[in-house]
Amino acid sequence: MSTGQISIFDRVIQGRQRRTRVWLGILAALVVILVTGMAITLMLGQSFTPPQDVLRVLMGENVPGASFTVEHLRLPRAVLSVLVGMSFGLGGVAFQVMLRNPLASPDIIGVSSGASAAAVFAIVVLQLDGAAVSVFSVVAGLGVALLVYGLSHKNGVAGTRLILIGIGISAMIESSIAYILSRAPAWDLQEAMRWLTGSVNAAQLDQAWPVLVSLLLFGGVLLSRGRDLDTLRMGDDAAAALGVRVTLTRVMVMVCAVSMIAIATAVTGPIAFVSFLSGPIAARIVGPNGSILIPSALIGACLVLIGDYIGQFLLPSRYPVGVITGALGAPYLIYLIISVNRRGGSL
Amino acid sequence: MTARTETLRPFSVPDQYQLLRWMSLLALVVLLVALCILSIAVGTREVTWQEISAALQGQLTSVGEAAVAMRIPRTLLAVIAGGALGLAGAIMQGVTRNPLADPGILGVNIGASLAVVIGLAWFGMSMAYAYVWTAILGAGVTAVFVYTIGSLGRGGATPLKLALAGAATSVALSSFTIAVVLPRNDIAGGVRSWQIGGVGGATYDAIQLVLPFLLVGLAISLLSARKLNILALGDDLAAGLGEKLVLARGTAGAGAILLCGATTAACGPIGFVGLIVPHLCRLLVGVDYRWLLPFSALSGANLLLLADVVGRIVARPSELAVGVITAFIGAPFFIWIVRRQRVREL
Repeated sequence: MSTGQISIFDRVIQGRQRRTRVWLGILAALVVILVTGMAITLMLGQSFTPPQDVLRVLMGENVPGASFTVEHLRLPRAVLSVLVGMSFGLGGVAFQVMLRNPLASPDIIGVSSGASAAAVFAIVVLQLDGAAVSVFSVVAGLGVALLVYGLSHKNGVAGTRLILIGIGISAMIESSIAYILSRAPAWDLQEAMRWLTGSVNAAQLDQAWPVLVSLLLFGGVLLSRGRDLDTLRMGDDAAAALGVRVTLTRVMVMVCAVSMIAIATAVTGPIAFVSFLSGPIAARIVGPNGSILIPSALIGACLVLIGDYIGQFLLPSRYPVGVITGALGAPYLIYLIISVNRRGGSL
Repeated sequence: MTARTETLRPFSVPDQYQLLRWMSLLALVVLLVALCILSIAVGTREVTWQEISAALQGQLTSVGEAAVAMRIPRTLLAVIAGGALGLAGAIMQGVTRNPLADPGILGVNIGASLAVVIGLAWFGMSMAYAYVWTAILGAGVTAVFVYTIGSLGRGGATPLKLALAGAATSVALSSFTIAVVLPRNDIAGGVRSWQIGGVGGATYDAIQLVLPFLLVGLAISLLSARKLNILALGDDLAAGLGEKLVLARGTAGAGAILLCGATTAACGPIGFVGLIVPHLCRLLVGVDYRWLLPFSALSGANLLLLADVVGRIVARPSELAVGVITAFIGAPFFIWIVRRQRVREL
């Protein structure tokens, strides 16, 4: 009797340890992919820079022929890609987990395009730059999130209604972005692409600081709430019964996720579907082995980094990263709808 | 005896309602005429009544007269396009039996514009007729695709599934459109102004080009009104009444696709007109498609014309593209419909 019980405990502990090992393994693999991706983007562009030169540039040395390319062209791009990718991935998955619906990601329900519209407005009409643009974006992102949430509140928030209302709101916001851009004195297609689909083309290293700070600050809060967030996946009632303060968690998560996404959007625009894709990919890879928050952030970073590389070098002409992630993400969204419909479930 | 046959007619309505319908029809026509006059008289440049009447008689001596002459094809195009979109929206809502169906939301307009962009960029399309055909082809393929995805699985084409399938397809197609346009600076400028959706660049040639397609679409649509009435009873009942469901959906849908494909070829993708108009018309005339379709066409023309005039007034001295205005009116309307539905239906 007692031996049986011990062996059950042992099995539980062993299982938990095994899952943790698998989870750490997945994390390590993602980090390896990310670092490899960064190394490739730093070394290989229009021309090849040997690894030792890249390292010397990174150490701060001045290497003739390599310094400019690596320090001013490739490094800002790679760093910014990783940081905004992490912000989008983590913010997106927080939304999806909180609302228990993969479709409730900020780029589908209009939060990202709201932040983008505010950034465009601040830059084109008010001619602001830097932190002021980020503040505008965050306020607008929060406003849109509250608006969508509030409008879908009718005898409780129904997930489907929230998504449909979000789609309606984003249609409105996107047409206003198109309008503001069409009134900009100097029309620039690259600029327009950035605010409509997202691009890291104009990346500079000093733009990375606000994104890094927000990632550390808001990402830290999100991760500290990770356990509660994972419990919320079981449903509000179950989570409350397990001791999660549901409303508090929800408000904190929403504020942090929106702020992260809005600050990243203020720099690169709403890179299409990174928030939407990261979570489901992470969930599929991680399975039941642990939290999907950190893996989603890493996957978001990989998506932006690799997508940007594909857009720059692997296609006949150059495309901003948002076009690539959009072309990848939309078929996945369609696949998700098809497979859920096939199974006969409701979305 | 007569009273008894009266009650057996499915859509018989008391005389005062019939009168109300005719009165509203008349009111819509009067409104349309008034808006046409407004659309010719109002714009960035202020013109006098003398100039307007001179320009209407074909005189082109002053700048004001030239401005008026530019506004006439624009007004015509707005009327035609609005009518076509309103009609297409009503048919799509009837065919899918879905309150959220609209050529814009279902991605059909975006599909048409992608087809045109591909034709321009890859096949060096230059014949004007080719534009319209490609747009209609694109619209048709997209409509079938979205409807197929949206109606998979349990419950058929529920509003949520259809709207999501349309939204996903729109994003994918606009991504592809950007991918096709971006490397080609020669067509990028033209495509950009066309993609917001507007009637500003209207010419008589463009109108002449799309008019035959729209007339055919109009004829098919109006002839399918009875079939839409029967489809509205539900698939089982309609089949029981001897209606060939696929054929009925196919013909009505083909009419709608002709209408919105040709409209997109002329003005670019304009969203939400087809969503708003049928809902408002239902409040006015009820659910009988024989009334609903002409009303939707008329109200669509009114709405687009009004949106165009407003776009010229609010943003002086520049203009607000009509596609932006319809999105701003349409999105809140869309949200209102979503909120009005019971959750279970969504």
